[in-house]
Amino acid sequence: MLEIENLTVEIGGKTVLRNVNMSVLAGFTSVLFGPNGSGKSSLLMTIMGFSDYRVKEGRIVFMGEDITDLPVHERAKRGIGILMQRPPNLVGVKLEDLVRVAGRGGVTPGDLAKPLQMNEFLGRDVNVGFSGGEIKRSELLQLSAQNPCLYLLDEPESGVDLESIERVGGAVKDLLVGRIGCAGKKSMDGKSALIITHTGQILDYVEADRAYVMCNGTISCSGNPRELLQEIRRKGYEECVKCKILQVA
Amino acid sequence: MQDPSGSLRKRAEEARRKRAAYGEDIEVEKFDIAPREAPAAESLEDLGEDLKSTLLNSGVVPTGEGRSGSFLLMDNAVVHSSRKEDVEVLSTQQALRKHDWLKDYYWKAVPPDADKYTATTFLENADGYFIRAPAGKRTRLPVQTCLLLGSRNAAQTVHNIVIVEEDAELEVVTGCAAKSGVEKALHLGISEFYIKDRGKLTFTMIHNWAEQIGVRPRTTVIVGSGGAYINNYVCLKPVRTIQMYPTARLEGRDSFGRFNTVAIAHPGAELDIGSRVILSAPQARAEIVSRSITTGGKAIARGRLVGEAPGVKAHLECKGLILKEGGIQLAIPELEATVPDVEMTHEAAVGKIAKDQVEYIMARGLSEEEAVGIIVRGFLDVGIRGIPDNLKKEIDKAISVAEISRG
Ligand SMILES: Nc1ncnc2c1ncn2[C@@H]1O[C@H](COP(=O)(O)OP(=O)(O)OP(=O)(O)O)[C@@H](O)[C@H]1O
Ligand SMILES: [Mg+2]
Repeated sequence: MLEIENLTVEIGGKTVLRNVNMSVLAGFTSVLFGPNGSGKSSLLMTIMGFSDYRVKEGRIVFMGEDITDLPVHERAKRGIGILMQRPPNLVGVKLEDLVRVAGRGGVTPGDLAKPLQMNEFLGRDVNVGFSGGEIKRSELLQLSAQNPCLYLLDEPESGVDLESIERVGGAVKDLLVGRIGCAGKKSMDGKSALIITHTGQILDYVEADRAYVMCNGTISCSGNPRELLQEIRRKGYEECVKCKILQVA
Repeated sequence: MQDPSGSLRKRAEEARRKRAAYGEDIEVEKFDIAPREAPAAESLEDLGEDLKSTLLNSGVVPTGEGRSGSFLLMDNAVVHSSRKEDVEVLSTQQALRKHDWLKDYYWKAVPPDADKYTATTFLENADGYFIRAPAGKRTRLPVQTCLLLGSRNAAQTVHNIVIVEEDAELEVVTGCAAKSGVEKALHLGISEFYIKDRGKLTFTMIHNWAEQIGVRPRTTVIVGSGGAYINNYVCLKPVRTIQMYPTARLEGRDSFGRFNTVAIAHPGAELDIGSRVILSAPQARAEIVSRSITTGGKAIARGRLVGEAPGVKAHLECKGLILKEGGIQLAIPELEATVPDVEMTHEAAVGKIAKDQVEYIMARGLSEEEAVGIIVRGFLDVGIRGIPDNLKKEIDKAISVAEISRG
């Protein structure tokens, strides 16, 4: 589904990712751990194609196609969708309108908003004055309208209260194993995801087959998500820099 | 003319060539004073299809549905004037003949010798609309007026008077447009609005001109105690030059004034649009919000708040987007206070559209052009927030038709 090959990325002249190699298999979910500032969000933003993130080396292959130089909306059209950690405010743009265009006119925002309890936000300007948890739900709402094949989720559960985590986790699960198949794929194929998480709470809702650890702009370790999480809990991130079981792709 | 001693005439004569404080100087003599005669229309529906669609695009409903009165001035001729509710709608000249007291309002808010445009309008003894909401009368539906430029190379001179009596409430929607085929012409318009104690006037003006039209409105609004004036101005279509600086004088305690402006400067256009509020009574409040876009033209957004009484509160906000190379944005916000106990603030920003916002929307599958369109619509929408719902829909429609993203 997604292969990252030897990716080196600069932002404003500063290297934020170095020789990153990783992959997400079709129908599977990978998680990404790593300390603050290690480059996790940068990787997701680069995969989505945001222009501040300049690819210096390597390539991004999505469903067999090299998308390294495609503009953002072409990647979206091919089936990539992102939940951003810090999406910008869209003053004057109603959430309802954004949801509608994200669904290319084929969705009813009110219906999609219900399970996320976002109905009362539909009339508000996108992200303006939204709390941390509300931003997550608003992003998930937009993704549910967009219905991509590959979900890039940047900390979907962080800042979400204990009650809402059920809702957010459930929504992510629904999106990933929901009935609507991906364009050009058999409906049984399901969706793929790359999820950034610090706590691993999201693992209670979605099954992940692989985890990567990002340290200092590069993947330092990969393995079983729960095992790696325990490892990190026990020893902190110091350990993962010299991860022994590093396996690429 | 209400000028027994002839002194106003003398002042106007002397100001015939007086340049305005702002804006390109227009040679008024090069235009022909617009015809004063035109066939009257019993109903706006009797007009040709072409004209009717021009009206509709300027927020004027030919059937008169949802309106409490209608008025149409074509060139300098009154073509239609009607009303359904208890609100007076007449031509200004008719009203002057009918009401002797109107002389106390005529040329009392706008001086005839302010510049060559006011002088010309005065000397032409211009006609226009007169609308009066009687004391205590809350008009449910807006009165619509339309000022049409109907002849090539014509100079239209207009003089409007609106009076909102004590405790009355009135909404006026004005559509100003050029008939198709009239590429070059001049519009001069005097507006004198009087809002008595606790009265409220919402005035929405939609400009819908053409590429070679020059426009010089001159507006002053006087507001009494507890009164409110809300001005919405929308200009999305190409035009050659507009210069205006409407002024609200908040003369009564607790009065309120708001100016909302939404404008697009197309290539070749110069829009010099200001809003001024003089807060001369205690606890008066004012708000100026301007949103302008250039797709190649020059957009000047002036704003001036003058606080002259204690307890005054006012805010001015102007934002300008440059969507294309060659476009110019000039924001000139001014605050003046002559007493210590005032709270006046301003906020101005000009620049390009934020790339992270465009890409955020693109990440939802929309092209760059579509994303820019959404952001620009939202940007302009903020400029007309708080305006009556029925009008908002019409303006939203106008914004989506304006082809902003392509310029
Ligand atoms: N626009 C920018 N300009 C300069 N440096 C940047 C910019 N964006 C990100 N960085 C830097 O790149 C590094 C990686 O940031 P990134 O947001 O990818 O980290 P992260 O792993 O997602 O961290 P967190 O867990 O805190 O979200 C950080 O040092 C950050 O300061
Ligand atoms: Mg991050």
